[in-house]
Amino acid sequence: MFSQLRWLVARRGVARADWTDWLAWSYLLLGVLLMFGPVVWLVLSSFKTPAALNEFPPRLLPYGQKSVAVAGHTDALPVYRAKLPDGSVRELAELHRIGIQSTLVDPAAPEREYKVNIRDREPVRELAFAVGNYTEIFGKFSFGTYLWNSVFITVVATLITLLFNAMAAFALSKYRFRGRDAVFLLIISTLMIPPTIILVPNFLVVSELGMLNSLWGVIWPAVATPTGVFLLRQYMLTIPDELIDAARMDNASEWRIFWRIVLPLAAPALAVLAIFSVMWRWNDFLWPLIVLSRSEKFTLQLALNAFQGELTTQWHYLLAMTVITLLPVTLVFAFLQRHITAGIASAGIK
Amino acid sequence: MPDARYRGKSPQTFLLDVVDAPMRALQRVVGVPRIAWLFVAPNLLILALFTFLPIVIDFAYAFTGGAELYPGRRPWVGGENFATLFECTNYLDPSTCRKDLFWRSIFNTGKFAIVQVGLMVLFSLITALVLNRRIVARGFFRGVFFYPVLLSPVVVALVWKWVLQREGVLNALLAGAGASPVGWLTDAGWAFFWVVFVSIWAHMGFYTLILLAGLQAIPRDLYEAAEMDSASPWRRFSRITLPLLMPNLIVVLVLGLIRAVQVFDEVFVLTGGGPGSATMFIVQFIYQTGFAESIRLYGLAAAASLVLALTLLVLTFAQLRLTRRSLDNRATSRDV
Repeated sequence: MFSQLRWLVARRGVARADWTDWLAWSYLLLGVLLMFGPVVWLVLSSFKTPAALNEFPPRLLPYGQKSVAVAGHTDALPVYRAKLPDGSVRELAELHRIGIQSTLVDPAAPEREYKVNIRDREPVRELAFAVGNYTEIFGKFSFGTYLWNSVFITVVATLITLLFNAMAAFALSKYRFRGRDAVFLLIISTLMIPPTIILVPNFLVVSELGMLNSLWGVIWPAVATPTGVFLLRQYMLTIPDELIDAARMDNASEWRIFWRIVLPLAAPALAVLAIFSVMWRWNDFLWPLIVLSRSEKFTLQLALNAFQGELTTQWHYLLAMTVITLLPVTLVFAFLQRHITAGIASAGIK
Repeated sequence: MPDARYRGKSPQTFLLDVVDAPMRALQRVVGVPRIAWLFVAPNLLILALFTFLPIVIDFAYAFTGGAELYPGRRPWVGGENFATLFECTNYLDPSTCRKDLFWRSIFNTGKFAIVQVGLMVLFSLITALVLNRRIVARGFFRGVFFYPVLLSPVVVALVWKWVLQREGVLNALLAGAGASPVGWLTDAGWAFFWVVFVSIWAHMGFYTLILLAGLQAIPRDLYEAAEMDSASPWRRFSRITLPLLMPNLIVVLVLGLIRAVQVFDEVFVLTGGGPGSATMFIVQFIYQTGFAESIRLYGLAAAASLVLALTLLVLTFAQLRLTRRSLDNRATSRDV
């Protein structure tokens, strides 16, 4: 059996796999299990009913009790596999249960009732995805508001980030003016000032500007990213100055040059920054936690944090919310992974 | 208009035209070189307002007392906030300190930074070495280790909370093996272990990428030459890979430390700093002192922020010096 697997494990250009190949391959498989396993488990669990979630030990796939419609009853009845007094085993629907006695009927012939001790019946289970977890959170927790807040912050902050950073990068790469290097250094030096050390004074600034409990209080402090300026400047340095000079000859204004020539040419770098900015803003936690204290202004991350304190008995909703929160990032990852990893490897940013 | 060539008719070009007229007039007044300031202005303004100004105010808070938010109304207390933080009879025993929580969080942060960064760099290095082999589906595996980096801290914490809770899948596996369940997040020792584990899980992909880029920059012919001289794999690793990877390793080490010292989000959601104060770290102390208590002690929080800032400053300068030196070493060793 191993001989068939050998092509998989062996390195390219090496005919036979040696023990280091097997070791490396096992490490990678363990990695897949460890990195994806917990997330897959969360997604599977999010489709379980509360009853299935309370089961211990848990099952891998979401199972629910089978139910069946019986003539004369408006609600669907749960199905049990019951051992009848005559010794036969049949699948019956339960009408009601009093004490330890259960009353069951055959769904096909509901006239005749069977009375069985509850120890002699066990539920019939089938694969069932509890989609209700997902639909109910929108009605019950104004989940739509949190989703909208998160989307609004992410989209608006990313657009402003792209515009402001590109403008600064354009000036720093295509003009010679007094103090240019000082400005560049000043912007880059803010990399050394993480938001964690200016929490208190920033709270004052934002509250003085009247932006407490406003989404703008999360957006504005975050848009002037030094990494974005750095990334875009390095890219714009590669745009030939001749293009700009030619446009000036044609009497194009500086703004028009920026908007119509430099921005389109810097599109690849803008795309990388856009991906990063979307992930930064979507995942932000500490700063929104401080600025947004009213629940109607919560982002998804804040709502999840608030609920995980309160809803420990309602994991089925919490799990569904978590899945929706990780969905956009997972899609970005699935389609743009190559760009992200290339961006990190070249610029060392995160 | 002479610049008709750069004109379009779509909505965003209309927007361009609206902004263009005033910009053109301004350009005529101030001249082309100085228009550059206009381009850097928005970015600089934001930085001034939300980064540089707050640093100044940070000091104003750290040296004033009371619970008032406006610095002008706060009484000057000199170094009292720092004195409060550093008042201890025995610095090695947090319970003898006036602010025992501060010292506990400092100890925890130090312990966390050393253990987490050490293990994370080790595993990132192993992973990068494995991924650097010519294996099938390398891109896929690189993505696998990178995926958690993209997840938000809250999601990371909830994913693991679901695995680790008392009736979670880990305890179920234990029960299947006949062992009794463990309170992974309610036992102080285990909670610390899982905080370290989860934070390695969430971040190692990023550091693996940096190390992988470094590994791929090592010229292949060096290994071929070593193979000709029949050098053992260990010798190849210790004499070629390790020295040439050293600059990347130092970057990873210091970036990891800078990040580890500021650990907050995942831990806050996963354990809330508990049980007790077993996983309480310095940023959570700042957050709680400044924002979560009924009496908000901004001065004390700002003083603790400055202590953190000093630590980060030292780490950053260490990085700058070390990377420069190792780059010099690399250059000289190549000359020889």
